[in-house]
Amino acid sequence: MDATKKLVQKKHKENKFLWYGKSDWAFIIVDMIILAIFFVVIIYPLLYVLMSSVSAGNVLSLSLIPKKISWDGYTSVFAYPFTWGSIGNAVLYTAVGTALAMIVTILCAYGLAQDFPFGKFCMTLCLITMYFGGGLIPTYICIKNMGLLNSMWAFLLPSALSIYNMTVMRTYFRTQIPQELHESAQIDGCGEWRYLVQMVLPLSGAVLAVIALYYGVARWNSYFDSMIYLQDKDKLPLQNIMRELLIVGNIENMTSDMEAEAIAQQRAELLKYSLIVISSVPMMIIYPFVQKFFVKGVMVGSVKG
Amino acid sequence: MTARTLPGNKKPLNWKKHLARYGAFYLMLIIPMAILIIFKYYPMYGIQIAFKNYRITQPMEQASWAGLKYFEKFFTYRKFGQIVWNTLAINLYSLATFPLSLILALMLTHLPFRRFVKAVQNASYIPHFISIVVLCSMVLQFTNPRNGLFNIILGVFGVEPINFMAQKEYFYSLYVWSGVWQQLGYNSIIYIAALAGVSPELHEAAIVDGAGIVKRIWHVDIPSILPTFMILLIMRCGSLLSVGFEKVILLQNSLNKEVSEVIASYSYNISLNSGSPQFAYSSAVGLFTSLINVIMLVSVNWLSKKLTSNSIW
Repeated sequence: MDATKKLVQKKHKENKFLWYGKSDWAFIIVDMIILAIFFVVIIYPLLYVLMSSVSAGNVLSLSLIPKKISWDGYTSVFAYPFTWGSIGNAVLYTAVGTALAMIVTILCAYGLAQDFPFGKFCMTLCLITMYFGGGLIPTYICIKNMGLLNSMWAFLLPSALSIYNMTVMRTYFRTQIPQELHESAQIDGCGEWRYLVQMVLPLSGAVLAVIALYYGVARWNSYFDSMIYLQDKDKLPLQNIMRELLIVGNIENMTSDMEAEAIAQQRAELLKYSLIVISSVPMMIIYPFVQKFFVKGVMVGSVKG
Repeated sequence: MTARTLPGNKKPLNWKKHLARYGAFYLMLIIPMAILIIFKYYPMYGIQIAFKNYRITQPMEQASWAGLKYFEKFFTYRKFGQIVWNTLAINLYSLATFPLSLILALMLTHLPFRRFVKAVQNASYIPHFISIVVLCSMVLQFTNPRNGLFNIILGVFGVEPINFMAQKEYFYSLYVWSGVWQQLGYNSIIYIAALAGVSPELHEAAIVDGAGIVKRIWHVDIPSILPTFMILLIMRCGSLLSVGFEKVILLQNSLNKEVSEVIASYSYNISLNSGSPQFAYSSAVGLFTSLINVIMLVSVNWLSKKLTSNSIW
């Protein structure tokens, strides 16, 4: 059985190369070269940042091999008083934000997956907000009037329902969960809530993982809403501390360009690269596990429902 | 799509039966709809401050009407033309890179070496996971005139170091191409999925007829995924005036402000980022953007419906 399968595969492979003409091979070679360059363009800057963060002394050479390894950057990042606190905040906001968003999104998506007049009305309400919104200032005033300024709910609550994510989940519920299951559960006397929790959710593992990842990554990476709504520095998440150290600080360095500061400057460079690496580490660790889900999520989303 | 009603329930139910049947769903929708109404629709009600003499210390209902004063102020602002032009320039520049993700998808799907393709694909998604703050600090680090990566590479070719962030002509390219670097692979996923859905029989028939890869791309793939492409293009045009300004305000500095100030960053700089915030004026500027976006979306959608019979509604 296995042998035949292999033989078929081999034949298929041979055939595949057989039908390429001369111009096709020219296309394939050019294509390969461009994609190889593309690969280097994507990977090289990432490796450059990674190696720069541990390279002592002056600038890293283009070969990416540091002359001497130094962990100074990392020690000074963690010596900075706000680093640990901001990492803690970022973890807290990401965990609470994702959990809250998942509950709200599941309720909304499942409710709207049903056909009843009120549901259709609510769906229209949702879709309108995809194309039109109040804008920056009216939203800010809304948050202020709710008394949410300087609290994490100021940005966790508004981002708890992403209409795009909700639509993806709703499409999944409508197309992937068989209607017969609902009917037989009803005949057995299963209520809607119990059906949702015990039947629908266990069957929707893939889409739930994708949506949770969308929310988690978006929350971990966002800086703007926490910047405008939070006032106390000890409440800021990592991205905001990074912005202060990397971007706002950068301009000051550009103006005070003095030879005497060279060593302090080098340290600062090291610190910047280390900070970039530290903030991206969680994403890079989960990346190999999630990239399959991400691809799936985009595909579910592209099925119109 | 299956109808979510029980068979035999064609007649409208009376309200008691309706509640018994659908009551649970009303309950489920309460929290999501409350969030939507409070955080999305209440701000829309708050747009009225764009037409009022509003100050942050008073409730907006009590403010007196100002008519179109703030819109006039914006239209007659001496940098109005510049800001609108910057917004359009950045957007048209990034719109020009829009087909790149389709090209990448075509290049990936027509290569017979699967392992190589997988490696390129997986690498291309990585930048998508990087935050905007990290991306912008990488741009700043790499463009550093003293020891930035770009200048080291230029140095290899004997070019004098360039202070990219201080020179206006590089801002748009840095903005757009850093975005392409970050999102190209991710944006190509949807086209790869669409290309995988093209019937293999069409390709086989074309091969039998002697069509090479280029011909098959042109006569089989492109027509098959044109609807997907058009719908994504319409959605993109709907946000023509709303530049991702989170990135703009990170890359903005006093030296490049002349080219980097877009409508959204202006609206932020005169309100939340200002010592004397002008909330009503800023809302008017924001409303102007939203209105243009809606008009763009509707007209591009209409145009696409006429020309290619693809539309989003």
